[in-house]
Amino acid sequence: MNETASTKTTELGVVEPEVVDVLPSERWLIDQSCRQVVLLWYGSAVFWLLLGSLLALVSSIKLHTPGFLADSAWLTFGRVRPAHLSTMIYGWASMSGIGTMLWLFARLCKTQLAWREGLYLMALYWNFLVALGTFEILRGNSTGVEWMEFPAWAAAPIAMAFLVIFVAAWKMLAARKTKHLYISLWYLFGSTMWFPFLYLGATILIQTPASTGIAKMATNWWFAHNVLGLWLTPIGLASAYYFIPKVIGRPIHSYHFSILGFWTLAIFYNWAGTHHLIGGPLPVWVVTVGVVGSLMMFIPVTTVAINHHMTMVGNFHVLKSSPTLRFIVFGAMSYTAVSFQGSLQSIRAINEVTHFTHYTIAHAHLGVYSFFTMVSFGSMYYVMPRLVECEWPSAKLIKVHFWGTAMGMTMYWVGLTWAGIEQGFAMNNPDIPFLEIVSRTIPYLWSRSVAGTLMTVGHIAFAISVWKMLRHRGASASVPTLFNTTRFRWLPFSRAEVQS
Amino acid sequence: MNHFPAIIMIALATVTASLFGLVLIPDWQMDSFVAVEATTPDGSKVIYPRPLDDWREKPGRDLYRGLGCIYCHSQQVRPEGFGADLERGWGQRRSVPLDYILQRPPFTGTMRTGPDLSNIGMRQPSEQWHFLHLYDPQITSKGSVMPPFKFLFTESDQDSVPDIGAIELPGGGQGSPKWIIPNEEAKQLVAYLKSLKQELSLDDLQ
Repeated sequence: MNETASTKTTELGVVEPEVVDVLPSERWLIDQSCRQVVLLWYGSAVFWLLLGSLLALVSSIKLHTPGFLADSAWLTFGRVRPAHLSTMIYGWASMSGIGTMLWLFARLCKTQLAWREGLYLMALYWNFLVALGTFEILRGNSTGVEWMEFPAWAAAPIAMAFLVIFVAAWKMLAARKTKHLYISLWYLFGSTMWFPFLYLGATILIQTPASTGIAKMATNWWFAHNVLGLWLTPIGLASAYYFIPKVIGRPIHSYHFSILGFWTLAIFYNWAGTHHLIGGPLPVWVVTVGVVGSLMMFIPVTTVAINHHMTMVGNFHVLKSSPTLRFIVFGAMSYTAVSFQGSLQSIRAINEVTHFTHYTIAHAHLGVYSFFTMVSFGSMYYVMPRLVECEWPSAKLIKVHFWGTAMGMTMYWVGLTWAGIEQGFAMNNPDIPFLEIVSRTIPYLWSRSVAGTLMTVGHIAFAISVWKMLRHRGASASVPTLFNTTRFRWLPFSRAEVQS
Repeated sequence: MNHFPAIIMIALATVTASLFGLVLIPDWQMDSFVAVEATTPDGSKVIYPRPLDDWREKPGRDLYRGLGCIYCHSQQVRPEGFGADLERGWGQRRSVPLDYILQRPPFTGTMRTGPDLSNIGMRQPSEQWHFLHLYDPQITSKGSVMPPFKFLFTESDQDSVPDIGAIELPGGGQGSPKWIIPNEEAKQLVAYLKSLKQELSLDDLQ
């Protein structure tokens, strides 16, 4: 904000100085319009992140120490585990994703956030839905359908929340002051339509007699795989596409690649889900189609990988200072890894070993956590200071957050991937008794609990930062909180981080 | 650029395409599957698959769902040459779509922290085994990581039989409790588990 001092004469003839406020910058106005709404979505997300981590730790410990908290039906493994998944997907991931999404919509359309009241209420309403859904799971009312354990009635209310988000997005796009549609907008707008379509469609097909027996299972994996593919992935990619170029201050490698990546993702990703049913009791052609879809995913993944990584080439030194970039680049690299891994494990010979094992769990966490959650953390590190107008309170807390989550996740993935491969080979060898396989995996299950603890420590550090930010306890707004403040002064690249 | 309606249409079309390809077309293909009359190995005629009874098996299935058993146990036997399900004795044949036509939703599962259960009713016909296993899996399966479901039982230290359905714990003489009495929910869950049978061969079903 530029201020020019001048004087003016009042009616009484007294001359007093007047501050003539040159119009606040457009960006500042846009950020202020997002402020309360986005902070509410973000704050709630962090609450669910903490609760989800707690549920995660409980279920992880239960796997190697089955007697832990075993006296209560509410806390039995089969309830805590889906409660963990639901709070993380619908509480943490969706809420932080929607927060970033709304801010990106406003910024990229160069227009103020549309329908603020609606979006604000929707955040409260969404929290209520997630809380009620999680409660229902814990009291034994889950649907038993993986990734949509919330009671069937939740579908219509969830779709309603999305209607509000869709309308707001539509309004901003209609009022946009930019001619060009940045690639992130394509992804974001796509996901606002895809997710409610998936949730409603899958609920109708699974919960009503509209489809028979095993077709409900195909629907289940069509849905569950697309929660990642058509809901979280587009938001994660949109964020990476925005923040990587923004922080390092250079354009994305190739615009044409980004459009190609978008459409191939839209066409192929949603065919990949049935690779969860390889060898299952379905007509072979249904599974084959899923395998083909999974392999075709090489196209969008490669284009996105080239775009993200080529934009980074020559700028890796910025990772030393920028928290945003470090989290997001970690996420973007994980996206490449998890997608190639996903395509490979749809090959029958590999699937024969890895399916039904802890390998799958490691893979799912590589997608939802290592990719999406890390990108989400990075985005929040960028967006929040602009909304709260103060900086992150402590570089140390951010370091604990980054290293706790990055090391925890790596340990988690390595341990469970190895456990799964060993488990899979042993399970396919009928000479090894089943209980011996179980006992072989126990050291890895312990490593998972240790890894989960590291991640939780990171989450707590993050939650403290966010809490302090929300209470304006951060440092001054003029200097960004960076990992390495002394070196920052020599780096012209990080300037973009400073700009509001 | 005002291609928005077109972009929306195409984006929704891609998802609709996979909805048809992966879900609706297979559904129509399998819609023709109905319960069949089959002859069991001992010569009697049965309807397969048999609907669950409303008394214990159906509420038992709801408990199985609510307790989240599917997160550790699959209910699908993979075909010969793909994994070792048949060699492990998890089933006598691979599972086929017909096995699931009455299930809403089917509990095929995606994880085998514990063994496959599609045929558990055949493998473990003993009710007592199931009760002991649910009460404390360590009794029947040493080294298992399955949680104990002690909350489905009433415990008793009495010297004489405390209840008609009471089960004496092995080695109960030294420790307490001595007896466990399965409550109604345990009975329902076990009734459901015992109903899990893919006993007819594929030839019988023709």
